[in-house]
Amino acid sequence: MKLELTGVAARHPAARPGAAPALHPLTLRVAAGEHVAVIGPSGAGKTTLLQVLACTLPLLQGTLQLGGVSPWRLPKRELQALRGRLFLAPQVPPLPPRQRVVTSVLAGRLPAMGLWESLASLFKPREIPAAYEALRRFDLEDKLFERADRLSGGERQRVGLARALLAPARLWLIDEPLSALDPTRSAQAISTLVDEARARGVTLVATLHQVDTALAHFPRIVGLRDGALAFDLPAAEVSRERLQGLYAQHEEELHGPAPTAEPALNDNPAAPQPAVMHCR
Amino acid sequence: MNSAATRPELRDPAWLGRVFWLLAALVLLWPLTVATEFRPWVLLEPANLRISGRFIGSFFPPVLNGEFLAMVLRETWRTVAIATAGITLALVIAVPMALLSVRVLSISALPGRMARGPFWCRQVVRWTLMVLRSVPELVWALVFVRVVGLGPTAGVLAIALTYGGMLGKVYAEILESGETQPTETLLRNGSGRLQAFFYGLLPQNAAELSSYTVYRWECAIRSSVVLGFVGAGGLGQQLDVSMKMFNGGEVATMLLVFIALVALADRVSAGLRRGLG
Repeated sequence: MKLELTGVAARHPAARPGAAPALHPLTLRVAAGEHVAVIGPSGAGKTTLLQVLACTLPLLQGTLQLGGVSPWRLPKRELQALRGRLFLAPQVPPLPPRQRVVTSVLAGRLPAMGLWESLASLFKPREIPAAYEALRRFDLEDKLFERADRLSGGERQRVGLARALLAPARLWLIDEPLSALDPTRSAQAISTLVDEARARGVTLVATLHQVDTALAHFPRIVGLRDGALAFDLPAAEVSRERLQGLYAQHEEELHGPAPTAEPALNDNPAAPQPAVMHCR
Repeated sequence: MNSAATRPELRDPAWLGRVFWLLAALVLLWPLTVATEFRPWVLLEPANLRISGRFIGSFFPPVLNGEFLAMVLRETWRTVAIATAGITLALVIAVPMALLSVRVLSISALPGRMARGPFWCRQVVRWTLMVLRSVPELVWALVFVRVVGLGPTAGVLAIALTYGGMLGKVYAEILESGETQPTETLLRNGSGRLQAFFYGLLPQNAAELSSYTVYRWECAIRSSVVLGFVGAGGLGQQLDVSMKMFNGGEVATMLLVFIALVALADRVSAGLRRGLG
């Protein structure tokens, strides 16, 4: 899906009326099937940009075109159908605590399912093989029938990403996919996303805190700072100086570990050790 | 004198405020006790003690003969049926209304503010629920006894209307108070409202919803007693008859049945919470 933002400004819905917009007039074009990483310090407007692209945040000014149509001019029903053709993965994985992993992953398919089909799938999951395959790409196939609240933070995040593989979407908007993952899992998760997006011809826009990962896996890097475009370059042309400028006064984010929305857990399952181990 | 009173740095600064608010509460409560003619010591006067002693003494022994027990069993079944049918009908009212009034399931509210049409639709649903539950079930029962005649139907309809209003309001509040991010994400990714409810909101709140429903079923059993007093059938009607004939033993037996029913509801609710929680 082709993306065109022209002079877009947007403000987070929770912001106070007088507050400065999280995005200043921003112009950006992304061709269909292109992969773009959005980097920048905390509060640069990365998440707001994804929400604008996901048609959940109305624009203060400017125009947004997704695949050649203006979403906010569409009737309500068609707008919701358009939202079904794009997939926004929030930074905190959206998993209800008591839901099983298979149901959470298959929820990505909901826009393509009728109401009765989705109800029947609650009783007996449809497309179990597809859910298994998606989880296998993230090394989670053994968690298929596990409950979501029995997973570790890293596992939950990867389940949230596996949902993308089930979604009938032509545009993936992935917010901080690696915030709870260790370096090995991060590399595996991001290459899975990139490979799958390429195989399906899906447009991929991901925000990332890990600059090195972004440079290694994405051909095009967009740097955001204070809601404005700092640079928009091929990965090879992003120099140290540019990064230093982008993260000035935020150097710890450039070098240190990424700030996380939830504590980065190691990938051990949350289940407690058997009591006998301690009581002997 | 202890040292706390003599050394100012050891004096609790909050203590004086607590004494003040305690006294203020007593002063405010006094007019209320006058308004309600609250004089509990009347209970302890010898003449009154004799009367209540005789009434409670007549509870023993509970009547346990076969014929009476068979009747109690039949009426217990009818009471459970009234409560269950009433709650089921109440669910028919409450579930769609709760779904209509929950803000989380609004697609138009996703970008920030809800559109005007959906907003007023939600307000109207909320007002309807408020009217339904602000009329006590006793009043509904008196109305329906006149329409459909004496019998359980009036009780069922009365419970359905009042409890429909209560369940709808509380369901909506439970659904809004929990974590809503999974539901919002589903809506943002293009799911329908009911799909988002079944895949996001319901698994999030299932334990709370079911245990509240069981608690309301328990309340419905109790209020079917009160409704029985105005002729809406069930155990309550028999309790009324026994009371009027000063047959304490029969009253005691029926009260024991109520205790058993409430205990049963308690176990079911605990089991559901464990199963779904």
